[in-house]
Amino acid sequence: MMDALHDVLAPFGPQAGHVRGLWTLTLAVCTVVFAAVLAALLVALLRAQRAGAESAPDLSSLGRPEPGRRRSVIAAVAASTLLLLALIAASIFTDRALARLSTDGALRLEVTAHQWWWEVRYVEPQVADSFMTANEIHVPTGRPVIVTLKADDVIHSFWVPSLAGKKDLIPGRTATLNFRADRDGIYRGQCAEFCGSQHALMAFFVLAEPPERYAAWAAAQRRTAGEPAEGQPLRGREIFMRSSCAMCHAIDGTSAQAVRGPNLTHLASRGTLAAGSLANTPEDLRRWIADPQQVKPGSYMPATRLSSEDMDALVGYLQTLR
Amino acid sequence: MNDERAMQQQPGRTPAPPHLKDGPGPGSPEAAALDATWRDPPGLLGWLAAVNHKAIARRFIVTTFCFFVAGGLLAFVMRLQLARPGARLVGPDLYNQLFTMHGSTMMFLFAVPVMQAVAVYLLPLMLGTRSVAFPRLNAFAYWIFLFGGLMLYAVFALGAAPDVGWFSYVPLAGPDYSPGKRTDFWAQMITFTELSALLEAIVVITTVFKLRAPGMALNRIPLFAWAMLVTAFMVLFAMPAVMLASTTLITDRLVGTHFYNPAEGGDAVLWQHLFWFFGHPEVYLIFLPGLGFLSAIIPTFARRPIFGYTAMVLALIATAFLAFGLWVHHMFAVNLPELGKSFFTAASMLIAIPSAVQIFCWIATLCSGRLDFKTPLLFALGFFFILVLGGLTGIMLASVPLDLQVHDSYFVVAHLHYVLIGGAVFPLFGAFYYWYPKITGRLMSERLGRWNFWLFFVGFNVTFFPMHLLGLRGMPRRVYTYQAGLGWDTLNLVATLGSWIIALSALLFVVNALRSLRRGAPAGPNPWGAGTLEWATESPPPPCNFHAIPVVHGRDPLWEPPRAAADGGPPPFTHVGGLAAHTRELLATTVLDARPDLRVNFPDPTIWPLVSALAVTVLFIGSIFTPWAVVWGSIPIAIALTAWFWPRRAETAVHLRLEQGP
Repeated sequence: MMDALHDVLAPFGPQAGHVRGLWTLTLAVCTVVFAAVLAALLVALLRAQRAGAESAPDLSSLGRPEPGRRRSVIAAVAASTLLLLALIAASIFTDRALARLSTDGALRLEVTAHQWWWEVRYVEPQVADSFMTANEIHVPTGRPVIVTLKADDVIHSFWVPSLAGKKDLIPGRTATLNFRADRDGIYRGQCAEFCGSQHALMAFFVLAEPPERYAAWAAAQRRTAGEPAEGQPLRGREIFMRSSCAMCHAIDGTSAQAVRGPNLTHLASRGTLAAGSLANTPEDLRRWIADPQQVKPGSYMPATRLSSEDMDALVGYLQTLR
Repeated sequence: MNDERAMQQQPGRTPAPPHLKDGPGPGSPEAAALDATWRDPPGLLGWLAAVNHKAIARRFIVTTFCFFVAGGLLAFVMRLQLARPGARLVGPDLYNQLFTMHGSTMMFLFAVPVMQAVAVYLLPLMLGTRSVAFPRLNAFAYWIFLFGGLMLYAVFALGAAPDVGWFSYVPLAGPDYSPGKRTDFWAQMITFTELSALLEAIVVITTVFKLRAPGMALNRIPLFAWAMLVTAFMVLFAMPAVMLASTTLITDRLVGTHFYNPAEGGDAVLWQHLFWFFGHPEVYLIFLPGLGFLSAIIPTFARRPIFGYTAMVLALIATAFLAFGLWVHHMFAVNLPELGKSFFTAASMLIAIPSAVQIFCWIATLCSGRLDFKTPLLFALGFFFILVLGGLTGIMLASVPLDLQVHDSYFVVAHLHYVLIGGAVFPLFGAFYYWYPKITGRLMSERLGRWNFWLFFVGFNVTFFPMHLLGLRGMPRRVYTYQAGLGWDTLNLVATLGSWIIALSALLFVVNALRSLRRGAPAGPNPWGAGTLEWATESPPPPCNFHAIPVVHGRDPLWEPPRAAADGGPPPFTHVGGLAAHTRELLATTVLDARPDLRVNFPDPTIWPLVSALAVTVLFIGSIFTPWAVVWGSIPIAIALTAWFWPRRAETAVHLRLEQGP
């Protein structure tokens, strides 16, 4: 997932695109103003005579006004004011363009931020069609998305630079964010509001896919976890259920139904672990389960001490959760 | 002081002691008596009892500068940690303390107080008087500030520093997510420093309004004094908001009120409104004194009076008003009504206009002046590059759509350092070079000064310019680490290298300041040929500042000698005499025209402000642990304050003798 896009200046949706346009205009105006002010200063420095502390001050300005200089200053202030008014207008027009994103047939998501991971709930008209995932958001390319934002503990902020500006998730309040991805791709997002010791490792990914691939993914996500094969996977599930795993995590279709940590029903289908902290490989999964504090100090996940065989079995089982 | 009897023409008269009156010129018996009267008592006890504004201000400046260095070192460690992806130099717990301490130190223990400290030193000298108003209160404010700062660093040394940011957003800073006492220490540090800042604001306002030399009407006040006056009024309106916020946070944490707990009807966003209603004006509390420094430095080194004095004053006042109307631009990512946000966009952008007015007036001054390129002017010119760039990125942040992309990213880190370092620290360094000879009597080395400037300028840009790009590439603020391969590695490394250059530059400054104390060239009263009153007296100034209170005839009193009346009438007044030399008597003047108004008796040095500050410190720190500290702690405070204000027979007798009937 390391090649994921996360650049304000490389937008792949209308929301980030509008902002990019405003950025280009504002940057141009600001560059011209910056150059003009520095040029004026440079001309002033070059034109002015040189003197020392001993030379008498020039008091000629006391007796008579300086109409020429006054005109220049007034003209410069007037020009600055006009440019500022233009930028205010451009900003407000961009705001309106952002608010006008069509949400016809939008996909509805509910994102709840936790210290330090993202709970994602796909809200479908049929309750049975709704499903949960974590830290990874799949969306169909070209279809608008309405994200309802909530926070469970402290304030977080939802930011996918290549798709849209950020919005805070605040306990006790609900916010919404609309966006659309216009090109297939993986877009990286990260929490932007300081939220405690692991604020730095609280990433997520938005995967924009062709509608049919999205539909297939969603269908797979709606399924509950299947019965594991005899042998190692089955033993892995037993270990999961009797160790501390099941006290925080849910695997739909099993007796593990806790909601403290991410829902693991389709863990193996995700690209990363621990909110983008690790790649989802068997080795990293072992590392993460064995000692989360090594990877993400302060994380609420406790270390799970298992024998090597038990760990193999547990990881083997989790690998089947596709 | 009534009528002409008090107004005295040069040369002074020589009445006999004990009714010795002040008069011009050092060396006379009057001068010796005045110096003895205004000098702080000797010895350690005398040092602790000092109330002379210069003594207090020197300590204040040195203290704030120590905090500046400490805050800078914290930032330096952060830069080392961020030099490479996934570095393990410091962990998240320490890193979060580091950035919290860095922000809190720079905002509360350096930027605002250093400006007030410099003002406390300079204002009486600039305004032509012998003391700040309320000198004991001034001493008390310093001690309170010192104890608050020391408390914060003591808990940092113990490994229990606050770790939820200098803004302490709830609920993260609330009792549920920040157990322990860390956040309480932060909140109580706010109480200390804001109390000090409020008291200093009262000192500054009263000094500027009532203690100006006769003739220094409001339209003749040096622009630095205007800047500090406006700043002090802003303090009066801004600081109560954050004291309210921090106090309610403490009660939430200590006694279970629920101001900020949404589950019990409180509101997390309320904190943000209160904090930023203070927090944004805070930026201008730091910026306006910087503008004041520039308005002192630029005319001196352009060898002409400032262009557009009236416009400059109005710009300062306009900035102060607008500064209170744009706090929401820190909260654009909160779901507030969109139309309301547009108002704050407009206000945030329009505040650029008063700043533009001042910048253009300075350029006009430079353009028509004859320039003397000394180190203070270099720092002033550095301001133009850095602050204008920071101001322009500020205009970008004022726009809601742009802000939503770069808010809380490294772009903002770059912006705020361009504004605060460009707008306040560069002018402040210029001010150090400019007024150092006044304070110490010796000039700082020009050669080291130039190295100091160029290294700082280059190091600053190398450190902070790449952060704009980091923000645009999606790097959020306040992260203790980042993963490799996100495109942030090189820029972060460059920023860290830049921080080494800044550190070297700061080291040169310290070396220069310490070396020049002994080895600097003697400065004389007016080494720069400047026009304001502080340059009229010796360097360093005598305890009484002026042996005779000057009479002011123009905006740059040393440049504009008194003019005789057109009809060849009597020669103009140059000084006021007639104040008692054997006791601390001062001339108060009217607010608008600075006509002689009253003779005021100023208090003598005393230990009680220090004792009161200690008592208050006990209450403040005790109340972190138990609400009962407020009850029991108020008893020693009451005793100390009573002793402070208890009238002394001898003093009263002297004052009664000087009293004149109407």
